Amino acid sequence: MATSEVVQERVQISLAAESLSEERIAHLERLVSQARSAAAVFTQFTQEDVDRIVKAMALAGLDQAQHLARLAVEETRLGVMEDKVIKNMVATEFVYNYIKDKRTVGVIREFPERNLVEVAEPIGVIFSITPITNPTSTVLFKCIMAIKTRNAVIFSPHPNAWRCCSEAVKIMYETALKHGAPEGVFACLESHTLQDNAYLMRHKDVGLIDATGGPGAVKAAYSSGKPALGVGPGNTPVYLEKTADVNTAVTDIILSKTFDNGTICASEQTAVIDDEIYDFVLKKFAELGAHVCNEKETKLLARTVIDAETGFMQPMAVGQKAADIARLAGISVKAGTKLLIAPIHGVGREHPLSVEKLFPVLAVYRAKSADEALKVCVDVNHAGGLGHTAVIFSRDDDVIRRFSEVMNAGRILVNSPGSVGAVGGVYNDLAPTFSFGCGTGGGNSTTDNVNIYHYLNIKRVARRTQAHMWFRVPNQIYFNLNAVENVRQFPSLSTIIITNPALEKFGHVDIVRRYLPEGTHVHVSVIPDAEPEIKVVMQGVEALNFYKADQIIALGGGSVIDAAKIMKLKFESPDADLEELAAPFLDLRKRVVQYPTEKTNRARLIAISTTSGTGSEVTPFAVLTDKARARKVTLADYSLTPDVAIVDPQFVMSMPKGLTADTGIDCLTHALEAAVSSYASAYTDCNAMQAIRMAFKYLPIAYENPRDEEARLMMHNAACIAAMAFANASVGVNHALAHAFGARFGVAHGRANALMLPHVIVYNASVPTKFLPSPYQKGYIAHKKYATIADLLGLGGHTIDEKVKNLVVATEKLLDQLGFPRSIADLGISQEEFERAMPELTRLAFDDPSWRSNPRMPLMSELADLFWKAYHGRGPAKAAGVTGQASLQHSA
Amino acid sequence: MAMIAVWLKIDEERVVQALQEVEEQLGNVEGEVALDFSSVRRIDPSALRALERFAGMADDRGVKVVLRGVDVGVYKVLKLVKIGSRFLFVS
Repeated sequence: MATSEVVQERVQISLAAESLSEERIAHLERLVSQARSAAAVFTQFTQEDVDRIVKAMALAGLDQAQHLARLAVEETRLGVMEDKVIKNMVATEFVYNYIKDKRTVGVIREFPERNLVEVAEPIGVIFSITPITNPTSTVLFKCIMAIKTRNAVIFSPHPNAWRCCSEAVKIMYETALKHGAPEGVFACLESHTLQDNAYLMRHKDVGLIDATGGPGAVKAAYSSGKPALGVGPGNTPVYLEKTADVNTAVTDIILSKTFDNGTICASEQTAVIDDEIYDFVLKKFAELGAHVCNEKETKLLARTVIDAETGFMQPMAVGQKAADIARLAGISVKAGTKLLIAPIHGVGREHPLSVEKLFPVLAVYRAKSADEALKVCVDVNHAGGLGHTAVIFSRDDDVIRRFSEVMNAGRILVNSPGSVGAVGGVYNDLAPTFSFGCGTGGGNSTTDNVNIYHYLNIKRVARRTQAHMWFRVPNQIYFNLNAVENVRQFPSLSTIIITNPALEKFGHVDIVRRYLPEGTHVHVSVIPDAEPEIKVVMQGVEALNFYKADQIIALGGGSVIDAAKIMKLKFESPDADLEELAAPFLDLRKRVVQYPTEKTNRARLIAISTTSGTGSEVTPFAVLTDKARARKVTLADYSLTPDVAIVDPQFVMSMPKGLTADTGIDCLTHALEAAVSSYASAYTDCNAMQAIRMAFKYLPIAYENPRDEEARLMMHNAACIAAMAFANASVGVNHALAHAFGARFGVAHGRANALMLPHVIVYNASVPTKFLPSPYQKGYIAHKKYATIADLLGLGGHTIDEKVKNLVVATEKLLDQLGFPRSIADLGISQEEFERAMPELTRLAFDDPSWRSNPRMPLMSELADLFWKAYHGRGPAKAAGVTGQASLQHSA
Repeated sequence: MAMIAVWLKIDEERVVQALQEVEEQLGNVEGEVALDFSSVRRIDPSALRALERFAGMADDRGVKVVLRGVDVGVYKVLKLVKIGSRFLFVS
């Protein structure tokens, strides 16, 4: 409890201990050694052991409450004996009641929903400074806290209170010993010096300093380099707002301000009273035994109790009775006067009584408005009371809220007395304490009422959490030949079909139109067959608005479907900022940017895919080209996923060979990357594996014989199935490389993927240079996943390494069958040009979000290495091997 | 390999007395003193002091002190008072 300037601890505790004699040092070392042993032994105690001792100590403190109170008043000449009895009882009974059921040994708290457990670890030796104002109650309180938390304490009482304090320590120690506490658990410095304190504050075996004392002691504690709990000085403003219950307020303030003659530093120092109730409040104070000073008396009082030189209160006034202070000041008051009320007109040095006064003198200020009152309270708070306590009496919740916002106080007490309220457990649910943390405002590390948890190291046992995963796809997917007929079941007054010129020319739009329900107004919007530009998207949005569309049918490949997704987004949420929505993220669920949920318009999106690769009909991704800034904008959010997907092979029967190969390899890459993704789950694995099997079997057939209906059907389904996998498991480093390379050299996405694919399989199957955090996986399993795929494809092999090699060989064979170039060099790109592009390529690839779910975290140098491998290329389909990579040696 | 000169099972209730008994034999011992702590589940300050004194005396005489079967709670106490390094621990 900060006696602040009361005790005028103007001599700072020096951290120099050179002046100590050898004998004194030996004595202090002995105390620390005993405490250290006691604390060490204490670690073996159970919760039941400490609870038994604590109960006995609380009872002993209660039994000796009057004895200790009498000793304290006799020694310190401060306060009121009867009130000190109450303090001692609060320090034992109330504190015991607060802590008795709390766990402080072993597991103290469990949070099963968060997979977190808190385990207590004692601090060891605590060096504790106790004050003159609340000497014995503070000792009782700290002894009980220490035993409850299995710590040893060396006490350093205020020099003018050491007899009563050492008696309190003795009573607690003897009781604790009798009930099993280890020897040496408490010690009390007697006749000590500031140098003793300095020595102990710096001692290597002292774990914590708990300084409840003047600012000098607190500052020394914080300067010692040890963890410290300190308290700050107070200067508590109390605001009596016009709606306050005046009877309650006046009674509480008198109770608080006269309790132990005002020695509790949380007690009210200046009452700021609304004009409307000011006279009534003062009348009530007078009725209940306060003396309201006139102007002359106020000046006399200020001259007597405030040091004109320092501006702080005079020590001789601290803890004295109101009548005695009045007599000293030469003010005539009635017998039995409890409190002196001193009207002031401002805060600061010109208004001496606006400072902390740890005696029954209360300054009062008449405020003309709530704003003025709040400002004066802020002034008082900043005049030496930052972080401590503030009090308000009001029935107006809005005023109470404003008060709590502007006060910098660890305790903001509402409609209750400051001193007894701040102690906690009597008028409110604050933790009972005799040590008020004042936060950084008061130069402290906490704003809490210091309690048992500040005497513990709390260890948090965090178990690996099985984070929720997801599998999100359109809730309706129609597939197989003539699946397009299903558009007839979706009623619509106004449908916009988004498509590209070729598809319209082939008559595909007419097929869709044929199955739309009668009465549907249809408008066809033809967009260029290329990655959509912002301009194109916005034209589409205009059409949607113009025709008041309630349904969008995207008929096309990835570009058309992506354009339709973004049109829908802008149509439904016109304020959506595409630039902001494209912001990078690491985890979809924790991203900074949230997609809009409030919608101005609503339209169903039906996606009908006309290529067998991107799978955009079931994914939450859309890519936009920003030509003005020569870049691509990738949007990703499940709200972009189409409502309905239609996978009808009749729309892909006429795909040319090159497009069949490019899109087919895109499908295979999606599936292979999803299979080894760090986001892979059993739900995505089944889709990825099935798609891989289908692609290996049917892609060569569809390529060689485009009219093979079964192959076309299977590849169309494979693309959608692979997309369901990567829509939820995402892709990997292959896509990051392909995006960068494709953008820089204008190479089709599927072809770019093909150039990287064998090298990436080898790369991911090798021991990573750097692991990527992947809470969803147990260990590194990419190589095992590839081996499983090899098994699924019947590629043979006995070990994982052999199986991975066989998968690489099979992939290369497939690429050869599809006529893909074997290297980037085969595309006619010179080595010099490629070398020049390398810094940009690696930068682009590293910035690409695709690799965030890759099983292996790529280093920039590794990305460059992969690019060079792709440049020089694979050989003919033969032993691809894992040359140059550390292989993961596991038997199958 | 050092010769085990003294081997003694320590009873939790008699740690101090047991150590005093071994102390008396230290003058005639060469090699190691092995103390079986497997029955000691908790150690008190007096036992701790006795162990610390015993470690000092053993050091002075060049005798190694081996503690066998020390409970992890007791082991932590020895670490906290920084005397763990003065013993050899075997399980």
